[in-house]
Amino acid sequence: MSVRLENLTVRHLAAKPDAAPALTGLELSIAPGEQLALIGPSGAGKTTLLATLACAHRPASGAFTVFGEDPWALSQAARHRLRARLFLAPQTPPLPPRQRVVTSVLAARLPHMSLWQAFASLVKPSDPDAAHAALSRFGLGDKLYARVDRLSGGERQRCGLARLLLSSADVFLVDEPISALDPTLAQHTLATLQNEAQARGALLVCSLHQVEMARALFPRLVGLRAGRIVFDLPREAVTDAMIAALYDNEHVAPHPDHLHESPDRIAVGACF
Amino acid sequence: MALARHPDPAWRGRVTATVVCLLLLWPMLTASEFKPWLLLDAQSLAAAGGFLSDFLRPAHDPEFLAMVARDTWQTIAIASAGLTLALLGAIPATLVITERLSLSRLGTRRMRVSSRIVRQLLRWVLVFLRSVPELVWALLFVRIVGLGPTAGVLAIALAYAGMLAKVYAEILESSDAHALDSLLANGSPRLAALLYGALPESSAELVSYTVYRWECAIRGSAVMGFVGAGGLGQRMDESTKMMAGGEVATMLIMFVLLVALADIVSKLLRRRLG
Repeated sequence: MSVRLENLTVRHLAAKPDAAPALTGLELSIAPGEQLALIGPSGAGKTTLLATLACAHRPASGAFTVFGEDPWALSQAARHRLRARLFLAPQTPPLPPRQRVVTSVLAARLPHMSLWQAFASLVKPSDPDAAHAALSRFGLGDKLYARVDRLSGGERQRCGLARLLLSSADVFLVDEPISALDPTLAQHTLATLQNEAQARGALLVCSLHQVEMARALFPRLVGLRAGRIVFDLPREAVTDAMIAALYDNEHVAPHPDHLHESPDRIAVGACF
Repeated sequence: MALARHPDPAWRGRVTATVVCLLLLWPMLTASEFKPWLLLDAQSLAAAGGFLSDFLRPAHDPEFLAMVARDTWQTIAIASAGLTLALLGAIPATLVITERLSLSRLGTRRMRVSSRIVRQLLRWVLVFLRSVPELVWALLFVRIVGLGPTAGVLAIALAYAGMLAKVYAEILESSDAHALDSLLANGSPRLAALLYGALPESSAELVSYTVYRWECAIRGSAVMGFVGAGGLGQRMDESTKMMAGGEVATMLIMFVLLVALADIVSKLLRRRLG
């Protein structure tokens, strides 16, 4: 197993001790090379789960092992080396607006660069060809030397993912990679991520709001709701009713009939 | 207005804070003997008028101007050398005290006790360095290394190292942390993460503060000149004692020009980095 969670409880780091935990009693094991989609309503804890898996958030209780080791039992230096094997791509692309795309993308290699190399690469990019190749796979090859603040929202998002291609990680934790993309680009972007994970034998966990796409492309679906895993099944076993129950929301009245609903909204709305 | 149905929970706190600040301000005004109307007193106006009219005729004989140029150059040298030395101390100190660069905080929001102690100790050293006025440092160094620019350079280096490190750390802490945190979460070493994640956001502000400090160092070296630490200030001290208002005026014009120069440099650099 690459990643294993047993009865894991995670609290928000800034929360008061009596606040409800962000994630409760999670049981999850993911094998190397597995690809799974994490779905669930907003606020279910998807991002917290991804951060926990990336060792960017310490669990409150329960067992968490990555590559057979408990990262929080390791020394700080060893844990930080481990982080280089776990690539977390946050939902908002973490790119400084005033930086050039090439520098942002090459930052993926920082864990394996000396300080001097990192500094030199700021002045003259160390491997622009590799950055170009990574960007090209997301259709952004021509943006290599553009500044990040000249990119559109969708371009920034893919630029953040191009960083993933240059990392040395064998666990990809991707938070809503297609939230700013049109359907065609979304499909292409997910395919690129999946191909890369497959080529490396890397594990891919992807949180998604596009349920139909998750069901079409990912062999395994994990439904998260209110900090708990509601289901963890191969995609064939996931039914429309389970999806509807996952997204059921008592705070928002079901929307009356609406023209031009997107397919996943129709699937959800049909069961209200 | 009718009672709002969704009252802002922060409103009472804000009003209280404003009232408390105003209440605190009043004793400060009395303690500082703030009486602006004294400025409009007939006697003060006459004295100020006499002083200012002398200033209207700056000294400009070539010999004096050459001397002013030499001293101006020395002042620039004192300020730049002092600031460079200060940077040598301030940059490493910044890297140590910036809490965002803490690895133990990553994922736990808690720093290790040992690193917290190191950070706090260094913070206290910096507080000490900058709480002693540079004039006092200058007096001390004039005793140790004798009259002349060296005392000024050392005084600026010590006092400014404390200020620069504190403000640099605060600038880095107040910028958007997302890029830096994300690099750290993906295993990047901290100094590299700082270079790639935080500097692009903060460099313009850091440069502008540094140039502003250089400007302050020029003014500071003038004040320190009065206690014998060299530069234009020392010359100004002599001219003031000789009641040569014209000479003082010439030197003040030099200061205005230097500060204006700092302003232009800062603007150019900011535009380049922005």
